[in-house]
Amino acid sequence: MTMSDVIQNINRAFQPTGPLVKIKSQALADFNKYGIPTVKHEEWKYTRVSGLLQVPFAIQAENDIEPELLQQYLLPCSKDGYLINFENGKFASSALSIEGVTILPLAEANQSDFSALVDMHLGRSGKYHPDGINAMNTAFAEFGAFLFVKKGQKVDKPVYINYISDNRSVPTLSMPRMLVYISQGAEIEIVEHFISLGTQDCFTNQITEVVVEQDAVVNHYKIQNEGPFASQVSTTHFTQIGKSLTNATTISLSGNVLRNNLNMVMEAEHGESHMYGLYLLDGKTHCDNHTIVDNVMPHCFSNELYKGIMDGESTGVFNGKIFVRKDAQKTNAYQSNKNVLLTDMASANTKPQLEIYADDVKCSHGCTIGKLDEEALFYLRARGISERNAKSLLLHAFAVDILENIKSEPLRAYVDQLISERLEFNF
Amino acid sequence: MLKITGLHASIEEKQILRGINLEIKPGEVHAIMGPNGSGKSTLASVLAGRAQYEVTGGTVDFMGKDLLDMSPEDRAREGVFLAFQYPVEIPGVSTTNFIKTAVNETRKYRGLEPLDAVSFLKTMKEKMKLVNIDQSLLSRSLNEGFSGGEKKRNEIFQMAMLEPKLAILDETDSGLDIDALRIVANGVNQYKNKDNAFLLVTHYQRLLDYIVPDFVHVLYNGRIVKSGTKELAMELEERGYDFIKNELAVSEGA
Repeated sequence: MTMSDVIQNINRAFQPTGPLVKIKSQALADFNKYGIPTVKHEEWKYTRVSGLLQVPFAIQAENDIEPELLQQYLLPCSKDGYLINFENGKFASSALSIEGVTILPLAEANQSDFSALVDMHLGRSGKYHPDGINAMNTAFAEFGAFLFVKKGQKVDKPVYINYISDNRSVPTLSMPRMLVYISQGAEIEIVEHFISLGTQDCFTNQITEVVVEQDAVVNHYKIQNEGPFASQVSTTHFTQIGKSLTNATTISLSGNVLRNNLNMVMEAEHGESHMYGLYLLDGKTHCDNHTIVDNVMPHCFSNELYKGIMDGESTGVFNGKIFVRKDAQKTNAYQSNKNVLLTDMASANTKPQLEIYADDVKCSHGCTIGKLDEEALFYLRARGISERNAKSLLLHAFAVDILENIKSEPLRAYVDQLISERLEFNF
Repeated sequence: MLKITGLHASIEEKQILRGINLEIKPGEVHAIMGPNGSGKSTLASVLAGRAQYEVTGGTVDFMGKDLLDMSPEDRAREGVFLAFQYPVEIPGVSTTNFIKTAVNETRKYRGLEPLDAVSFLKTMKEKMKLVNIDQSLLSRSLNEGFSGGEKKRNEIFQMAMLEPKLAILDETDSGLDIDALRIVANGVNQYKNKDNAFLLVTHYQRLLDYIVPDFVHVLYNGRIVKSGTKELAMELEERGYDFIKNELAVSEGA
């Protein structure tokens, strides 16, 4: 299968109809113009997606997933939350029926009272990702969903968004799309989780755009723990249009190729955002975290901490961009990326990138790539702790300060359990 | 208990120990003194099994076993304890959890059942009194943000918990004020009995006012050049290490 076959298939699957046809058609034109990024593309230098797409995928395939089967794949902590399910890229169901919260198919939202919001905010991430991957998703936006939280509404339980791919009999290409609007003073916790049911190739190209009004609080989590057949490009794009607080935590534990784009656009003064990432990789998993903090307005604060542990032949990539625009005086932006390599075959690439156009700002960045601290290891062993347990203790300690930022107690306990099992940590 | 014979060790091709001979019997306290760079800490590290050092000759017998052939953890489980000169700060590992793991792995090695939560806490409370250490310190990350004195007290507390046969104290007195030094020494003296032994590595005689050694050895250029009793330490304090160097120069010249 050639690249032009891939492009043809996307064009064939495209439906030039419906309420979102304008933005969709523009996106398809962009897709055809940009094509699929190769490693020659600066933003895709370390992450090869073109080969992953040269597969005869069922695109946004029809689906009929048995609820009993699905149960086995849900996060155990999600039974205490509200579930929103996407199946093969298409918004399928929502159990979120509380007052003050609206969830609609995106195409329907565009015909409703929310149409102005959808018009204004859908596709905002495209400006930051002028590439065929982002455009490809937007071309299928009619299958997406719109989530609206009204002013002052505090959503009492976490919202779990499950992106489910049925790759049991055919390889699947899924393009789920969410637009989330959090009104003034509202609060929500969102957990995005990826599920695949089979062993055929599975590629999920997902975008969630979140708009945050003044005094709103958003806690966002992404859990990636699929098998070696699943690849993702997962984009989360926050726009703070009022002084607000957003926390985003990305946990990547398993997969084939994982590419996460996390953007924080700080469009209002005094906005605050925290971004945490933990990638615990083995086998041949490749995980690439690209973050962008765009300080448009003054007095914003952002802090990023990404930590990676690479075992086997895995690769971790971190690319953190901070823009401070001309008007964004008094910006405080911090960034740190730490990597531990457990084998000689594992690798890490880290690249901080600061573009500062204002003159009164505080920005810092730092990155480390290394092995486990030999001195700490010796200290533990000198107390009678076996080498294996000493490593496990140290790795768990390395990871745990990311987990501490997970606010939802059941989710934190679950992720800690996953990590402890992986690290054989049982103390 | 411990018999070191002709021990040679190097780091990064640089020879540090050039033939150490030393025998320690149960119930004895030995002090190793010497100027900076003489190899004192290297000796402590080599005995505990620090990987950076390469043993290039000699043997170390500990209770009838070849100590140099063992991993650091097995040396600890056999009963060799090193109190670190610079205890390592390990964020994210709770002190209590760490000690519990260490105690139970050691017990397992010695064929004992792991301590249950109740008896572990009881033992811990007892040993905490030895060095006047506070519970709140033990619930924190291992050594993280501890003062110099707290770190050293924590070392002695760990020693008491692990009940070694031979404790090597590597400059445990450095960075301690008089009060902290007294507490640490008091902990050691209470732990000391006729069945265990101590090797104190120190730069100054000060510690030896509180923990009285049976033997004092002067290490210089990787060899023990003089051995004596506690009076030797006083003489060193008075006259400095130069008198040893001078004596050596004379004898080597002769």
